[in-house]
Amino acid sequence: MAAPFELSDDNVVVIIGTGAGGGVLANELAQKGVSVVALEAGGRYLPEDYVNDEWDSFGQLAWTDTRTTSGDWRVAKDFSNLPAWIVKAVGGTTTHWAGASLRFQPHEWKALTNYGAVDGASLLDWPIDAEEMDPYYTRAEDKLGVTRTNDIPGLPGCNNYKVFEAGAKKLGYKEVHTGRMAINSQERDGRMACQQTGFCFQGCKWGAKWSAAYTDIPAGEATGNLEVREKAHVARILHDDSGKVTGVEYFDEAGDLQMQRARVVCVAGNSFESPRLLLNSHSSMFPDGLANSSGMVGRNYMRHLTGSVYATFEQPVRMWRGTTMAGIVQDEARHDPSRGFVGGYELETLSLGLPFMAAFLDPGAWGREFTTALDSYENMAGMWIVGEDMPQESNRVTLSDAEDAFGLKVANVHYSDHPNDTAMRDHAYKQGAAIYDAVGATRTLPTPPYPSTHNLGTNRMSERPEDGVVNRNGRAHDVPNLYVSDGSQFTTGAAENPTLTIVALAIRQAEHIASEMNQGVL
Amino acid sequence: MIETRSLKTLTRRQLLSRGVAAGAGLVVGSGFVAGRDAAWATEMDAMKPESFATLVQMARDIYPHDKVGDQYYAAAVKGYDVPEEVDFAQAGIDMLDEASRAAGFDSYLGAGWEADRVAILRGIEDTDFFQRIRGGLVTGLYNQKEVWPIFGYEGESYSKGGYMYRGFDDITWI
Ligand SMILES: Cc1cc2nc3c(=O)[nH]c(=O)nc-3n(C[C@H](O)[C@H](O)[C@H](O)COP(=O)(O)OP(=O)(O)OC[C@H]3O[C@@H](n4cnc5c(N)ncnc54)[C@H](O)[C@@H]3O)c2cc1C
Ligand code: SF4
Repeated sequence: MAAPFELSDDNVVVIIGTGAGGGVLANELAQKGVSVVALEAGGRYLPEDYVNDEWDSFGQLAWTDTRTTSGDWRVAKDFSNLPAWIVKAVGGTTTHWAGASLRFQPHEWKALTNYGAVDGASLLDWPIDAEEMDPYYTRAEDKLGVTRTNDIPGLPGCNNYKVFEAGAKKLGYKEVHTGRMAINSQERDGRMACQQTGFCFQGCKWGAKWSAAYTDIPAGEATGNLEVREKAHVARILHDDSGKVTGVEYFDEAGDLQMQRARVVCVAGNSFESPRLLLNSHSSMFPDGLANSSGMVGRNYMRHLTGSVYATFEQPVRMWRGTTMAGIVQDEARHDPSRGFVGGYELETLSLGLPFMAAFLDPGAWGREFTTALDSYENMAGMWIVGEDMPQESNRVTLSDAEDAFGLKVANVHYSDHPNDTAMRDHAYKQGAAIYDAVGATRTLPTPPYPSTHNLGTNRMSERPEDGVVNRNGRAHDVPNLYVSDGSQFTTGAAENPTLTIVALAIRQAEHIASEMNQGVL
Repeated sequence: MIETRSLKTLTRRQLLSRGVAAGAGLVVGSGFVAGRDAAWATEMDAMKPESFATLVQMARDIYPHDKVGDQYYAAAVKGYDVPEEVDFAQAGIDMLDEASRAAGFDSYLGAGWEADRVAILRGIEDTDFFQRIRGGLVTGLYNQKEVWPIFGYEGESYSKGGYMYRGFDDITWI
């Protein structure tokens, strides 16, 4: 049967969420002839709809439904109802993302083995490795058109990059370049080259940056095998007496509750909503939530340790001109415990416009120490720290007492830094400042982590069912026809921005699901 | 942006003759607050003009930018000059004046040095009043498009073709 599908059609794969994980999985399955209904809580926005304005764009795209927070992280104080800055829209957070597309380093797939046990951390090896992922990474890089792969040239360096590069090279860093970016440096796949507009976080109006919203999703729809239902908020996953899932209940655009039957359900709502949905789907058979016999649903929340370093100079930089994330230093990404911590971090240029700089440079700060920094906004350069944070069982998503507009319990996000995270961030602040000092910074500003953009780990992948929620294929240990398809399946976070890995895992999972369906196992 | 409305028709001299100087750069008259140079003025809808002048000065003391004129601070706090907000604002301003008297000044506006006013603000920074005013300014002040050029920020760029041919890599000093 061709899309649209009936609510009663129990032959469809239902995918919840259409971001990096769900959007790619939907297309990959549709290309293989599998019938897919993708349910997306947000609306559909395309390049012509995006706005070059930070707060207006936030209002258009961001997930602003209530969430609550706890723990030591500063976000809980400064942005208590905004633990993450992510998107509610067809295409998910791939509308927002900067496009940095890095493979994990081989040792990072086996963090426990390579770092050893770390006190207070729940480190674990992934049940898959670099060799197994290599062909899927290759396909993901081709799909996303990642620069410096597939003979695609790197992007040209903007002003912000030139300051960063000069400082990094003076410091002796070797792996310094304009990044592996899912942004066209030349026309490709019918999408044009980057015009250096500088609003990558607000949705790329030229379509130069890869986003599932205008690539994979329409490609899947064109097959006739994919139906995307927008403004469809999934409330619950349903199951039968045998413990298999049978469909989902969702609120449609009018706020009416609908029930879509399903042969397979794939959860891809990002790392807060995916565990929230599993926890909200508790039943007498699964009293602690669906797929949660291990008690691991919602636990081991990771967000990369992050932080930024901005610096002011005597003369203008105008960092907002050009790609938002325009270059990288990779020398610190290695695992080298002599620095006082396990794992590593990447340094990547970053720019915020004046309105977001005012909101995020030092939330809550006021007076001249703060405003004189903004007075030098035109002379500012900036970078972001992305480092591997330690999984901790106590960092977790639970159901809050608060309810959303549908009367569903919302996610509470609890996070506190591990000492390894703090040691790594301090090291990165020092190195970041040294880069700018090397080219004459008049002032450096170690900036605290923003609301999370990388959200990982809350339904983690594990070899043994007692250690995690899903197996090596993202399939729930407890429920044979339930999958997790987004960043929440990450066993550990590695130092790299996560999306290329989420996409590679989705490509791999599509192959697995299609093959299981063909064999009649699913 | 603050509206000048009927006050626009007044000459600078007429305007200034109808008010008295208050704080650093403000003139308070009956029913209006204006810049000392009369380049802008705003009529009050619900708030006492002296109270609004205090709020403008407080806004500047929280986020002082010497290149940013008072009219932008006034625009950022004009939202409190409505019946639903005025009681909240007035209670906070009364508290601020009270704290200023305790510090030996006539009022908040009577403290001539920024350092003295900042010390007074530090004493009340944990109050809801201070936090709401400060929080509101983050967008109220910095999200005014008219303010952006003062900081060099260029805003929207798509309609101009981005910066591909307009200086994305024009840095020369590095
Ligand atoms: C500003 C910013 C910059 C970033 N830059 C980079 C970068 O340079 N490189 C990189 O690798 N990563 C980057 N990221 C991270 C990247 O965007 C995410 O890792 C990625 O999009 C996560 O994919 P996902 O599938 O897990 O979730 P998402 O892409 O967030 O998709 C989840 C979707 O599920 C929907 N949903 C949730 N709950 C429900 C429900 N109950 N019913 C129906 N739908 C639901 C949501 O509305 C959303 O559309 C960035 C993120 C941000 C915010
Ligand atoms: S800088 Fe390039 S990728 Fe970013 S929004 Fe502009 S055109 Fe798109």
